[in-house]
Amino acid sequence: MSDSIGMPRVRVATTSLAGCFGCHMSLLDMDERLLELAKVVEFDRSPLTDIKHCGPCDIGLIEGGVCNAENVHVLREFRRNCKTLVAVGACAINGGLPAQRNHLDLGDCLQQVYVKRDGIEEGGVPDDPELPLLLDRVHPIHEVVRVDYFIPGCPPSGDAIWKFLTDLIGGRTPRLAHPLLRFD
Amino acid sequence: MQDAERIAARAVERHRREPSQLLQILIETQDGIGHLPVESLTRIAELLDLPRSRVEGVAGFYSFLYAEPVGRYRILFSDNIIDRMLGSRELMERLCRRLDVAPGQVSAGGEASVDTTSCTGMGDQGPAILVNGLAVTRLDEARVERIASLVAAGTPLAEWPAEYFHVDDNIRRRGVLLGEDFVPGAALQAAMVRGRHGWLEEVRMSGLRGRGGAGFSTAVKWMACSEAAGADKVVVCNADEGEPGTFKDRVLLASQAERVFEGMTLAAWATGARQGLLYLRGEYRYLLKHLRAVLAVRRAAGLLGARILGEGGFDFDIDIHLGAGAYVCGEETALLESLEGKRGTPRIRPPFPVTHGYLGRPTVVNNVETLAKTTLIALQGGAAFAATGTAQSTGTKLLSISGDCAYPGVYEYPFGVTIAHVLEDCGAHDPQVVQVGGASGVTIAGHEFHRRIAFEDVPTAGAFMVFDGRRDPFEMARNFVHFFAHESCGFCTPCRVGTALLKGYMDKLASGKGAKMDLADIEWLDRLLKNASHCGLGSSAPNPVIDTLVKFRPAYERRLVSLDFKPAFDLDAALETARRMTGRDDPAAHLDWREEV
Repeated sequence: MSDSIGMPRVRVATTSLAGCFGCHMSLLDMDERLLELAKVVEFDRSPLTDIKHCGPCDIGLIEGGVCNAENVHVLREFRRNCKTLVAVGACAINGGLPAQRNHLDLGDCLQQVYVKRDGIEEGGVPDDPELPLLLDRVHPIHEVVRVDYFIPGCPPSGDAIWKFLTDLIGGRTPRLAHPLLRFD
Repeated sequence: MQDAERIAARAVERHRREPSQLLQILIETQDGIGHLPVESLTRIAELLDLPRSRVEGVAGFYSFLYAEPVGRYRILFSDNIIDRMLGSRELMERLCRRLDVAPGQVSAGGEASVDTTSCTGMGDQGPAILVNGLAVTRLDEARVERIASLVAAGTPLAEWPAEYFHVDDNIRRRGVLLGEDFVPGAALQAAMVRGRHGWLEEVRMSGLRGRGGAGFSTAVKWMACSEAAGADKVVVCNADEGEPGTFKDRVLLASQAERVFEGMTLAAWATGARQGLLYLRGEYRYLLKHLRAVLAVRRAAGLLGARILGEGGFDFDIDIHLGAGAYVCGEETALLESLEGKRGTPRIRPPFPVTHGYLGRPTVVNNVETLAKTTLIALQGGAAFAATGTAQSTGTKLLSISGDCAYPGVYEYPFGVTIAHVLEDCGAHDPQVVQVGGASGVTIAGHEFHRRIAFEDVPTAGAFMVFDGRRDPFEMARNFVHFFAHESCGFCTPCRVGTALLKGYMDKLASGKGAKMDLADIEWLDRLLKNASHCGLGSSAPNPVIDTLVKFRPAYERRLVSLDFKPAFDLDAALETARRMTGRDDPAAHLDWREEV
């Protein structure tokens, strides 16, 4: 990637919805290539910048699936602002680990955790309006908004994310071939 | 449960412990027990010396085999779009209400289960059902009420009104095949006089092409098998007529079985085969007795068995195998797998069946109609046969006509007939769409009715479904997509997942939650299915969607609510449980559906 002084830098936003931040850790796993990336990329809303709301961006990277109302708002904000939206990792693509609760009834889950659990004396499902409500099921992000690209992996490797971003920024249709394309 | 084991063991012994008979053994075991309990599968595996997983894999593949108990009366509604247009859904609801049973469930007392099944081949006399595997036609409210009473009273099927099980041939137009009397043995005699090579030459001159849909040259197939290495060749008749809307083979088997079996014998004469197998779809099981009787008569007349018509070295006999509700088995290599007692997973070709077919032996697989047609060639000669039809499609074609027309049934036309001509003959008053060739075929719109039925223009295995102005082409396509998703054999991912995704998109549109983006995704899926599937099922599964999207696009577009994206589910409703659990109803406890991205 060349040093593109004078060219406007590509604006990238990232977030983790119902994810474990493992995909973000993988992003950092690019190691020294992060410096090269920093020459052409500018981060908007992201755990790296702590910017709270997303502005107009070129690329949005979404980690994690959609498990609550706040996830929906954040995802919609990203979709509104990002020209290209990318589902990063197993949870964003399939719901992943959090979606294991899809086999259970949400009501039973909440009862079990906040009311019936051993050791709870005066239990109750938390009802503070500050807390986002849970959806009855965890959804992959493409079931809630339009998604342009998908990077599989749990997490995708730093190499895969690097290859994908350099393709995208370089104007090539991103293409992950073996061994970068993997689902574990 | 010793009973189950004993019944299973008896079925195994009746089939001489032959592993290739596994499917037949499972069908017979289920006939005796009602379903296939685990003990029976274990016993069958032991006796056949097969892995338990293999037996269970086969038992799980076929939709007419049941691992769990089903009702003593097992009622399956044919779910083709044509049956639906005749009111099958309403009749099924009515029957379920009367029997107090939910679709797909067994009634509390175990007397009945009611469910749907893929097209049972009765489109000209539907709505149709199968009761314990036997076809019941022309269902209406009166019949449903009566059936409910018969079931409630536990009346044995043998005592049900005989007319319920009556299946009409409904032959509406007769050409050379359906119009002429046939003397059993006459075609065989004529072919034998010509000698094996002379007979093959006649078939070559006739230009006969396969009537099962693919249209491959029959002579080339027979010659290849005849020349293939190996003495133990096989002739297989494909009577697994599963393409929705097709029933002409059913009529041939009912009214022209002599011709069909003689055609198989003619194929044996050409190729030197000694064994013949007819694969009969499970839905046509009611024909089994009749077909076996015809075989017995032919054996007695010296037309089957050793030294046929006194010719030394011409030995050939025919067995009938039953299918068990799997559309994919109509694909010839899947059919061979099924004949071998396996799951109906299509093979990779080449090698082709003519060199490596049934049990690895050189095998000719022909459609019922193709085989019946060879008797005409034997009697009249190849040149006379080629005199009708078009340059590349010689002879006549049987069409199974159903849907919005006054005279549904079987019509025999010379190839080259226009769709408009057929529509006029069958009394279609307001035809808007014709689906030619079944679910996997071609959707024909009004401006194309001048097109011709022929391999050069509109090819078909025989289905011809007519839809008038009251019908919705989108619902037709959606019905077919559901059919393919149900019938996908599950072997390759593009088809197994692709058909399920396509079904999801079509249902999303049907529920009024479609968006422009979905149409783009549907078109992408269509391409994926077409290009990446293992066999013809997957690659033709998107056909009705591709065609209707081109020719009836507004039927899709008027279902769209958004130009960008819309979830298939209701986001605000998805918060309802959490709202209830927390007792909240503040603004943050809702997701506004209008707040699109």
